[in-house]
Order: sequence, then structure tokens, then C-alpha cells
Amino acid sequence: MENPEISTPIAISESEKTEQARHLSIPHQHKDAIGAKIGMWLFLFTELLLFGGLFLLYMAYRLQYTKDFVVAASELNLVLGTLNTIILLTSSLTMALSIAAIQRGKKKLSVAMLLATIGFALAFLVIKYFEWTAKFHHGIAPNSPELLSKPNGEIIFYGMYYSMTGLHALHVIIGMIILLFMLVFLLRGSISKNDYIKLENSGLYWHLVDLIWIFLFPLFYLLH
Amino acid sequence: MEKEHKEHLIPYGTYFLVWLSLISLTVLTVTVAGIELGRIALFVALAIAFVKSTLVVSYFMHIKFDDLIFRIFLLVALVTLASIFILTATDIFFR
Repeated sequence: MENPEISTPIAISESEKTEQARHLSIPHQHKDAIGAKIGMWLFLFTELLLFGGLFLLYMAYRLQYTKDFVVAASELNLVLGTLNTIILLTSSLTMALSIAAIQRGKKKLSVAMLLATIGFALAFLVIKYFEWTAKFHHGIAPNSPELLSKPNGEIIFYGMYYSMTGLHALHVIIGMIILLFMLVFLLRGSISKNDYIKLENSGLYWHLVDLIWIFLFPLFYLLH
Repeated sequence: MEKEHKEHLIPYGTYFLVWLSLISLTVLTVTVAGIELGRIALFVALAIAFVKSTLVVSYFMHIKFDDLIFRIFLLVALVTLASIFILTATDIFFR
């Protein structure tokens, strides 16, 4: 739908057709932006179920060990958690702006916004690294003797914390790699005003990473 | 067709407004978490998270401006997820 030429194939004149062919570099190549986007969304639903399973486990354990969860959560660093939330939300903004810029043909702005997104992703990971290592220094590492000496609910809380934020951090890393590829595509011109579905789909992935964090944050950092 | 095409170009300002709302909601959820709300605290936190995710999905992920089929897909996925959660929760409560 972003490519008007796809939605109105009959109305295209011959001159426009050659113009298109030049943009796509390969003549007569068929591009289906809506199809690509539907494929991306279907993939995102599988991601939703992947994290959904973990959230389900979290719910079951939280109902069982309500008090232990509150005690364990009070050890987490709320300032760093909030900072990371703001960083990820802002990275979603720059991602959306990068797509908005290329839609208007503003390549430089698009590149700058994409670079900012990658920068925020890196900042998120650096903060996460410091958060985890600080926990490790306090003896709260998976299977550490100190953690295992705590009540069951607290062990489970940290088990869920490390697996869920760990899986999320893995998605941030993957997202960063995808966005780096998009940066190359953008600079080489294979993502352009006329064909930016790759950037859009990468954006969808990036926003999903943000969405999952929106739920992880209150469930781990905001227990009272 | 031209009109439809224009609708996809969301002004930069809209994205900034969405971002501003998301940041405000984050500040709100952190502030509210400091207040003793007891049992409803979890529901308040989840409600705010739900509003935030609706903003992200609608504007950043363009669902609001995409074809209807995307909304139907999303609805099916979310209803599936919600039923799994409700069924599991009922199982836990009535065990």
C-alpha cells in the first residue's frame, strides 16, 4: 500500500513503468509490500507466543509466591529500569521517524534517525550489562549459593528475571544487527523512497522489542 | 487513491506526541508504584502498560493506518493469547 504502483497496476503509464524499473534496478521485478508486511506480522505473533509462554509462567508463579516476589523485586534497581524504559521508548520514536523520513525521500534524516536507534539499543544493553553485573557482585546469579539459600519464590523470581530479560536482551542484540544491515541498505540505496518495506518490517521488529519491555518493566521493577 | 496514500504519511509531530505520552505514562506508572495500592497495584500497572502498548501498536507500528486485515490478524492473536491466560488463571484459582 506504500507503493502506489502496486495498488493501481492498470493505471500506470509506460513512462512510469520504466521509471519504476529503474528504481527497482531489476526490470519487471514483482514487489509485494503488503505481503511482506503480513509475513512480518505473522512472525511477530510467534514471538508474542514465545514471550507469552514466559509471561504465563510468571503469572502462575506470582500467584503462588506473591510475597517472595515482592521481597525479591525490591532488590532490583528502579532507576536503571526506568532509564532503560525511557531509552527504549525513545529508540522506538527514532525508528518511526527514520521510516517517516525515507517516506518523504529524506535520506540523510533517515540515516541519522536509524543511527540514533542503534545508539539507543547499545545504551540499553550497556545499562543492562551494568545491572546484571551489579547483581552478580551481590551474589545473585543463576544457581549461585547465595541465591539458592533464599526462599523458593525469590529463586523463581530471579530465574524468571534472568530468563525473560535475557531473552529480551537477545532480541535487542538481534534487532541491532538487523538495523545495522538496514543502515547499509539505506546508504547503498536499496532502501529508498519508493521501496522501504525492509526498513518498515525491521521497525515492526524493533517496536515489538519495545512492547515486550513495556510489560517486563512493571512486572519486575514495580512490585510493591 | 492519492488521498489514501497521503494518510500513510504520518506527520513527525504525531510521533513526538505519542512519544511524549509514552514517557508521561512511564513517569505515571513509576509514581503510582510508590503509592500503597495493595491488590489493585498490579492491575493499575498492567492497565498503564496496556495503554502504552496500544499507543505503540497503533502509531509506531501503523496498525491504525494499515488495512483491516492487519487488525483482524492482531485481534485473533491477542484473543488466542488472552484465552490461554484466562484458562490458566482459572485453573490456578480453582485448583
